[in-house]
Amino acid sequence: MKYRSVFDIIGPVMIGPSSSHTAGAARIGLLARKLFGTRPKKANVTFYGSFAKTYKGHGTDIAIVGGILGFDTFDQRITQSLSIAKDSNMEVSIHVSDDIPNHPNTARIILDDGRNKKLSVCGISVGGGKMEITEVDNFPVRVTGDMPTLFVWHEDRYGLVAAVSEVLAAHKINIGYMEMARKSKGAEALMVIETDQAVSGAICKEICELSYVNRVSSTPAL
Amino acid sequence: MAFRTIAELVELSAKENKPISQIMIDVESEVSGKSRQEIIKMMTRNLDIMEEAVRRGIAEPARSRSGLTGGDAVLLQTYLKEREPLSGRLLLDAVSKSVATNEVNAKMGTICATPTAGACGIVPGTLFAVAPKLNASHDQMVNYLFTAGAIGFVIANNAFISGAAGGCQAEVGSATAMAAAAIVEMAGGSAEQSSQAVAIALKNMLGLVCDPVAGLVEVPCVKRNAMGAANAMVAADMALAGIKSAIPTDEVIDAMYRIGCAMPNTLKETALGGLAATPTGRELERRIFGE
Repeated sequence: MKYRSVFDIIGPVMIGPSSSHTAGAARIGLLARKLFGTRPKKANVTFYGSFAKTYKGHGTDIAIVGGILGFDTFDQRITQSLSIAKDSNMEVSIHVSDDIPNHPNTARIILDDGRNKKLSVCGISVGGGKMEITEVDNFPVRVTGDMPTLFVWHEDRYGLVAAVSEVLAAHKINIGYMEMARKSKGAEALMVIETDQAVSGAICKEICELSYVNRVSSTPAL
Repeated sequence: MAFRTIAELVELSAKENKPISQIMIDVESEVSGKSRQEIIKMMTRNLDIMEEAVRRGIAEPARSRSGLTGGDAVLLQTYLKEREPLSGRLLLDAVSKSVATNEVNAKMGTICATPTAGACGIVPGTLFAVAPKLNASHDQMVNYLFTAGAIGFVIANNAFISGAAGGCQAEVGSATAMAAAAIVEMAGGSAEQSSQAVAIALKNMLGLVCDPVAGLVEVPCVKRNAMGAANAMVAADMALAGIKSAIPTDEVIDAMYRIGCAMPNTLKETALGGLAATPTGRELERRIFGE
């Protein structure tokens, strides 16, 4: 079932005008921000499909930048997000693409910290304020943000799934859903793990210290 | 405990001898692991936001950024003060509060999506008209939202709730059906009667297209929220009078789904057809986005 909570139906509390083009977009930006971990120096946003056609009227650009700044759907600061971004020296660029996306409400966000941390995220706004991240650094994923989610970038080697789950088990964290993606055998890979309990920074650090793990990030339930 | 269809929801309600709102709270508690109190508290926050949006909308004649909407709720409230409305005081009050909420949405104000922002006026609009009329308690008002939520939950999982996916019949249609069921429960009707209200309300929205002028959530959205509220009130009365839909509720929802699938993209929130494509619609688009 796509919708699991009554609060998917009555809610979210949001700044208007559109649950798909404003609130859903804000959440895509917010998850990207949480995944990136820190405030980015540069945010490059590309809209596809219906987002590309209607973003000005729906404030989709304002909302997604608001999310990237860390604002939730109901945060009044969303309406001022573009000037807040400018004041905090965050470089924002908004683009539209003619490419036909799989979903009419698609946005790609590329975040950069101006040094060597980059993140590319692709998200869709599915309606009623819900969204799904469909791509992280060119790995196909399905992240709804409904649950705490752990992301482990690693090299594709045997034993890694066991090693990561061992750390989680030791901290009594239950795995609800897990998916793996790799670029090719033995190459870069990404584990996406939805957990029942939040994963702390300390646990992330522990996982990051495992062999063949390159980067770890966790996002809270949005 | 779980329900996937309206029929299952009504069955559960009979089996547990609880109204739809309480079934929804029970299921939510089971799925989320949160306590009933916590869940009720969360819904109360939504109620507060809705109340504030209604209050703001009926007080503020200011127009939206585009200039397309704003001020109609004020007009209606003034009309209600000055004369006896032909369509009935309660009905028009519900309409005015639905319009108020949707106008606030258009102004990038704070609202609660029910289930979407485009249709956010209907559930609170009807609630804040019917509740005082029925002398409803605060608890009953919170329950209203759970009843509405339960209906929307079924529609969302079996059909669609957004104009982009299924046309306005899915967006305003869902909200209208949700409100109709909630009115019935608040008025003391049974779960079965709520179900009939859903069927009666929704079957009257079938085929309604999503054709927003300039692609904004304003024209005709605000006026569709108005009629959605009116529809919900009448559907509720019909159900409470004992009228039954010839087509079972879940089949009406399925019909909405199939019609939505058959609808061309030009009529599903692309601003390529319907009112959006009228000469005035296009002129307004040019004026707002400047070409």
